[in-house]
Amino acid sequence: MLILECPYCGVKAEETELHAGGEAHLKRFGPGSTDGEFHDYLFMRENPKGVHFERWRHANGCGKWFHAARCTMTLEVFGTYSAQTFEPPQEIRDAITAKRPGWTWRDLK
Amino acid sequence: MSDPVSALNGARFDGIASVEEAGLCGMITLRGDFASAGFAAAVNSITGAALPEVGRIAEGTEGAAAWMSTDELLLMVPYAEVEARLAALNEALKGEHALAVNASDARAVFRISGDGARETLAKVAPVDLSAEAFQPGDFRRSRMAQVAGAFWLNGEGTFTVVCFRSVGEYVFKLLSASAHPQSAVGIYKA
Ligand SMILES: [Zn+2]
Repeated sequence: MLILECPYCGVKAEETELHAGGEAHLKRFGPGSTDGEFHDYLFMRENPKGVHFERWRHANGCGKWFHAARCTMTLEVFGTYSAQTFEPPQEIRDAITAKRPGWTWRDLK
Repeated sequence: MSDPVSALNGARFDGIASVEEAGLCGMITLRGDFASAGFAAAVNSITGAALPEVGRIAEGTEGAAAWMSTDELLLMVPYAEVEARLAALNEALKGEHALAVNASDARAVFRISGDGARETLAKVAPVDLSAEAFQPGDFRRSRMAQVAGAFWLNGEGTFTVVCFRSVGEYVFKLLSASAHPQSAVGIYKA
C-alpha cells in the first residue's frame, strides 16, 4: 500500500484517499506550438523503473493537488511537495540523491 | 413554509457504540484567504470561534469552525439561524476575496458515542483512530467505505460524522453494521 503525506493537511494518506494524476511537471503546449510539441505534450510520458515524479490529489481529504517523488520499483517515497512549483525543490532532489545516487529523470539529475 | 426534515428522521442503532442521526445542523461552507485579518474576524463574528489550526475544529460561543483545506472552512451554526448568520457573514466579508454558501440541506450528520465509538469508525475509514493519534478537537476529512465524509471527536469521546445527504442512508447502515455487537474487534480496548 502506497502512503503519501499530503503537504497541505499533513495527513499520511493511504492510496484509497488519493487520486493519481499522472506525470508531474509537464509543460503545456497549446495554440501556437508546433505539431511536434503538441504531440509530445499529449502523448509522450516517462515510464521509468525507479525514480519518478507524479501528481496526486488528496481526493478523500483536503482536495488539493500535490507532487510526489517515489521509486516505481520499490514504492519507496522520497517526499511530497507543493503543486505550486515547476520543478522539484532542492530538498526533494537531495533526498533522492541520498538514496539513488546518479538518478536521472527527463532533464533532471 | 414547509417543515425542514433531516435525512433519516433521527434514526438510531445501539451496538458496541450508539449511532444516531443528529438532526438538522446549520453548515456554511466558506472559502477565502486564511491569512487575512478580515477573514478571521468575519469567522469569529458569526461563530465566536478563532480560525482552526490545520486538521482541527475550533469551538466558539456561537458555533464552530472546522479546517477543511488550506482555503476552506466548515462553519457550524444553529440550523434555524443559518440564513441570518450567512447574511451577517457576507456583510462582515465585504471587501474580502471570499465565498460563503449555506450547505446545511446538502448534508446528513451522525453521532457515534460509547466505548466502541473509535472502533466503529476505524473499521470503515483509513484513519488511525487510536487515542494517541486522534484526539478531542481533531477534525478529519476522509472516506467511509465508498463515500466521502468528515468527522471530529469531542471531549466526551463522541464522534460527529458529516456526509452528503444523498448518501445518508448508506452511511447510517454502514456505521450500524460496523457497530453491530457481533462485529466487535476490541482493537482500541484499554
Ligand atoms: Zn490533504
